Amino acid sequence: MALALTSVVALSACGNTNNTAATNNGGNNAAATNTPTENSSSGSDLSGSILASGSTALQPLVEMAAESFMDANSGVDIQVQGGGSGTGLTQVAEKQVDIGNSDVFAEEKLKDADAEKAAALVDHQVAVVAMAAVSHPDAGVDNLTKQQLVDIFTGKVTNWSEVGGADQAIQIINRPSSSGTRATFEAFALGTKTEDLQGSVQEDSSGTVKKMIGETPGAIGYLALSYLDDTVKTLNYDGIEPSVDNVISGDYPVWAYQHMYTNGEPNEVVKAFLDYMMTDEVQNGDVVELGYIPASAMQVQRDVDGNVTAK
Amino acid sequence: MVGRIYMSLCVLLLIVIIVSMVYFVASKGIANFISGEVKLTDFLFGTKWSPEGETPSFGALPFISGSFLVTLLAALIASPLSICAALFMTEIVPGWGKKLLQPVIELLSGIPSVVYGFVGLSVIVPFLRDTFPGQGIGVAAGALVLSVMILPTITSVAADALASLPQNLKESSFALGATRWQTISRVILPTTLPAIMTGVVLGMARAFGEALAVQMVIGNAPFVPRSLFESASTLTSVITLSMGNTTMGSTLNNALWSMALVLMLMTFVFVLLVRMLERRNKI
Repeated sequence: MALALTSVVALSACGNTNNTAATNNGGNNAAATNTPTENSSSGSDLSGSILASGSTALQPLVEMAAESFMDANSGVDIQVQGGGSGTGLTQVAEKQVDIGNSDVFAEEKLKDADAEKAAALVDHQVAVVAMAAVSHPDAGVDNLTKQQLVDIFTGKVTNWSEVGGADQAIQIINRPSSSGTRATFEAFALGTKTEDLQGSVQEDSSGTVKKMIGETPGAIGYLALSYLDDTVKTLNYDGIEPSVDNVISGDYPVWAYQHMYTNGEPNEVVKAFLDYMMTDEVQNGDVVELGYIPASAMQVQRDVDGNVTAK
Repeated sequence: MVGRIYMSLCVLLLIVIIVSMVYFVASKGIANFISGEVKLTDFLFGTKWSPEGETPSFGALPFISGSFLVTLLAALIASPLSICAALFMTEIVPGWGKKLLQPVIELLSGIPSVVYGFVGLSVIVPFLRDTFPGQGIGVAAGALVLSVMILPTITSVAADALASLPQNLKESSFALGATRWQTISRVILPTTLPAIMTGVVLGMARAFGEALAVQMVIGNAPFVPRSLFESASTLTSVITLSMGNTTMGSTLNNALWSMALVLMLMTFVFVLLVRMLERRNKI
């Protein structure tokens, strides 16, 4: 209720400004629902406001792109909020926001009774985030196979010496079971869901996870590639190095799309912004700069069921 | 007249806000039990928390017990320190002692939670890891961080209570030949105990509701801990970790609201306790 109110206020506050720089925009979409009126005198000028919420992992990218988009289109006002993937998907499904940012496919979060809501959402994949298993530098291991990772994260293996490392107890630094990062790691690195183990540690922020893996003897966890540095040891997966090139070529499987969902086809202003996200300027600029992998560069694609095909 | 209407409107608005908030949390919190998706007894006494498992289970006992455990431990650590600090400021060295201690303790309450959490992660956790078995993360670290956070609450309430004690009580005690220690332990403390307890309960209420600092150092494994140095969870840490990742209306989301309802009911209990102590205080 409060959120609905704020979004209404935010939307009505910016109204019919018409001092806009020209940007190309194509279709006139009838799907416009809660967006402000378009300047009728000059069809190519953009004005309006966009409210986006959701994934905190995607937030910095959308914010950065929004800044430059607003610089080029002074009539457009874009607000980006965090809140988590679940929040973003809920709000876009209920039309409280124009764009819902998510780390996971909507179908994975909006299940059962909510499956209808997921069907109404249109997916825009703007970037890719890859994750790597990382350990404390003294664990003495540089490579883990899929089976070894499964054994560690299900509690079957509890000492690094069992997987060829130092004689040191393994301490798992995990993500909460509802986290999108954990869902991605479990789906594509382990191939199975795991239960939380007694004594395991769960943290939600990548910064904290990295700090704890670097400081706790015998720690293992997983991080997005953009967070990797010398304080932690990056582990190869089945002999494959988790590098940007290996992700793009499809050799390294542990990655996920960053989605920007709209409810139905986007209206003119939102579509222009989403198109802008896919331009070379953003894909090879902001996306790379912030440590994501450009969705446009990927040589493979993956559907909601996890089937990978060449693009 | 205008002022009176304006004030009445403000009060009315306040009441509406409070009632609607209570209603909102309560209605979301009981949704799972009404729809039958989770049984109340399973929620309150179940020890298995696995919302994403093959057969999801929503036992919140690990979190409820974790919340109580860190709160009680924090109160046990902080209360003696706070009461001594308050006595020092009011009875032992009221002059420079108060001038020095009061601002320092007030400063503690102004530090943001995230800073406490980070200090806990950078100082307390490594210290516990090197000194005790386990990884340092766990109930003990959470209780230590919380105890520092509730020091100012208990100290300031206790100091106020001690300062408001009638002067003649102390003077008669000294006149009878009692030493300072005898006066403090036999006269001052027993008389002000209900007021000091109010401070302790207020501190516990703060500790029970604190989320961020605890979440950073406690580990958040959904289990009843077997030792003080093992990863555990509190109600608040689970809510903050999971809320954003769940969609509104899902069973997991509603289960988190149920935990919020438990937290709210506990706050009512704390408020009730403070009220009862205040009543005792007046007699």
